[in-house]
Amino acid sequence: MSSTKDSVERQYEEIVIEPANRFGINLRELWQYHELFYFFTWRDIKVKYKQTILGILWVMLQPLMMMLVFTFFFRSVVEAENTLGMSYTVFVFSGVLLWTFFTSAVTNSGNSMVLNAPIIKKIYFPRVIIPISSILAALLDLGVTLILFVLYLIIFHVPFDFLSFLVFWPLSLLLSIVGAVGLGCGLSALMVKYRDFRFVIPFALQLAFFLTPIVYPLSQTSQIWFLKYIFALNPMYGAITMFRMPLTSAPVDATLVLISVFSSLLMLVVGIGYFKKTEIYFADLA
Amino acid sequence: MKPIIEVEKVSKKFQIQHQQAAYLSLRDKLSTLFRPATVKEEFWALSDVSFTVQRGESLGIIGRNGAGKSTLLKILSRITPPTQGKITARGRIASLLEVGTGFHQELTGRENIFMNGSILGMRNSEIKARFDEIVDFSGTENFLDTPLKHYSSGMQLRLAFAVAAHLEPEILIVDEVLAVGDGEFQKKCMKKMEDVTDQGRTILFVSHSLPSLKALCKTGLLLNKGHVIKAGAIEDVIDQYTSYQTVTDKITDSIKYYLPYIHVHDVLLNNSNSSSLIVKDSKLHIFVDIEIKKRITFELDVHIKKDEQILASYSNFVRNEVSMYDPGRYQFSYTIDLPSMRSGKYKIDLVFTEPFSSWMGISESSIDLEIINSEHHTFLSNTSLRWGSVLLDGEVSRKP
Repeated sequence: MSSTKDSVERQYEEIVIEPANRFGINLRELWQYHELFYFFTWRDIKVKYKQTILGILWVMLQPLMMMLVFTFFFRSVVEAENTLGMSYTVFVFSGVLLWTFFTSAVTNSGNSMVLNAPIIKKIYFPRVIIPISSILAALLDLGVTLILFVLYLIIFHVPFDFLSFLVFWPLSLLLSIVGAVGLGCGLSALMVKYRDFRFVIPFALQLAFFLTPIVYPLSQTSQIWFLKYIFALNPMYGAITMFRMPLTSAPVDATLVLISVFSSLLMLVVGIGYFKKTEIYFADLA
Repeated sequence: MKPIIEVEKVSKKFQIQHQQAAYLSLRDKLSTLFRPATVKEEFWALSDVSFTVQRGESLGIIGRNGAGKSTLLKILSRITPPTQGKITARGRIASLLEVGTGFHQELTGRENIFMNGSILGMRNSEIKARFDEIVDFSGTENFLDTPLKHYSSGMQLRLAFAVAAHLEPEILIVDEVLAVGDGEFQKKCMKKMEDVTDQGRTILFVSHSLPSLKALCKTGLLLNKGHVIKAGAIEDVIDQYTSYQTVTDKITDSIKYYLPYIHVHDVLLNNSNSSSLIVKDSKLHIFVDIEIKKRITFELDVHIKKDEQILASYSNFVRNEVSMYDPGRYQFSYTIDLPSMRSGKYKIDLVFTEPFSSWMGISESSIDLEIINSEHHTFLSNTSLRWGSVLLDGEVSRKP
């Protein structure tokens, strides 16, 4: 590291502080603070499981419980042919896996700005690191459950298309993340000003649970023809559908998946856009 | 060479919402049920603030509470945006607006050092390189792997400052964080800050401690109610600040620490709020408006002093005027007849005491007093002690 004298005289880039809002994401600045992503995520995970005995096992318990409950009670209700050629257990497991990630990612990132208000009021760093760190933490939990899922697939010899897996699993994960980031950032910004969203988020997610093909396929509700397009606006529709593709040979409606992709990209742009627009006022409002 | 910080006409407006609390009638209550009556008030915390800071300068920012110092620091730290104006900074800014930002009680000391350091803008490699120094400075070596919630508040403070002290930004902004901590620790912190200036870095320091400001800073900036009152050499700025303070300010500042359950609303000497008084007619009228929060016995004495010697005093205690006061608001009017005193500069001390408490809180505030006694020979220099300060009245008759 160069001597102090040198570093003091070196020309530094100018930082201009103005009332105007900076709209775009300053990637250079984000890279400067990239270690903070790691620290916030690590802190969230560490604190969550501190002083617990089961620790990381709790991560796997929730999707497992959901899967058991639904398999037990709903298997008779949903007919086997409708679950796209895979066993109902696998159908539910795959859906619940991704949905758990999405719920915790959106809920935690939505609440993250308000929870971190004390830090935001006292120090500067790119604010977007906070909701994204919550999503990264949820991603780690997903990683653990994915391992469990793959083990299940291997142990129970579930038919599996490897090529399809290589293509669609990353895409599905990407879609989930994009949707979560867009919604999470947008909601976290909204929460700072309108605390109502604290109540809206769990309620809306609960509702969305029933409008996503997690425990039953949505093709059963095809009375109104355009309803399926509305369901496709949900980013998790595309994500879960793509996730299931290696496990089934049933045809997939590509249009619906594309609608889902575009919808989540739109959410990303709007969510982050709103966040950036309002972030300089967070310290005043929080 | 371009200045490292240029502040140009910065203003900051806050909107304060007052929620109407008083309901006049049930009807009013019902009508405001669905539309909570809030009155918005605009408050300008800063107005047209402009100044520059050169590289390597150590600037002390002074002002009363509410002058806008913290708001200015927050804007410089990019925590809140200015409403108008522009700031250009040519270097990395690190702010210490609070110690222990980002500290989490469940994490250990070691983990918090990394967390806090990272939030303050240090790279992981920097923290690792300075880890031993930080631990050494804080004196918490034995407790590194215990969760922070088991630390005493003093230890947490030392740890927090230890991390912050090892930042090496071009511009360091410090906001009164040294107000807490014991004397030993404060000395350590001041020394560290002096090192920062010695290394050629720029410091902006906000404090109420005038000795610290004089020791650390070369230049000063005086703010009052959001405006820049003076900028220049630190001694000049401090002088302006102390003369700027009204009597009420001085007494409030001193009583805040020693007798916190007395709130001073107003103090007037001969109907004036100024902290220097000129008396020409031997009459001293003191008006004190205070609010007492706790049931206490207190006395308010008035001392006239010259060169730290008490020449004369009006004492409740001596006059058996000490009473027990219930919580409430009280106004006292003292009318004191001064003896014939030599023209010159004195000091009035207003001393609030709690005579029978175990804590014995005493709050003393000095006001400059100049007595002009036109009856006497103006030839007398007020520094000559030959005739004393009090001149006796009387008459002489002689025969023949």
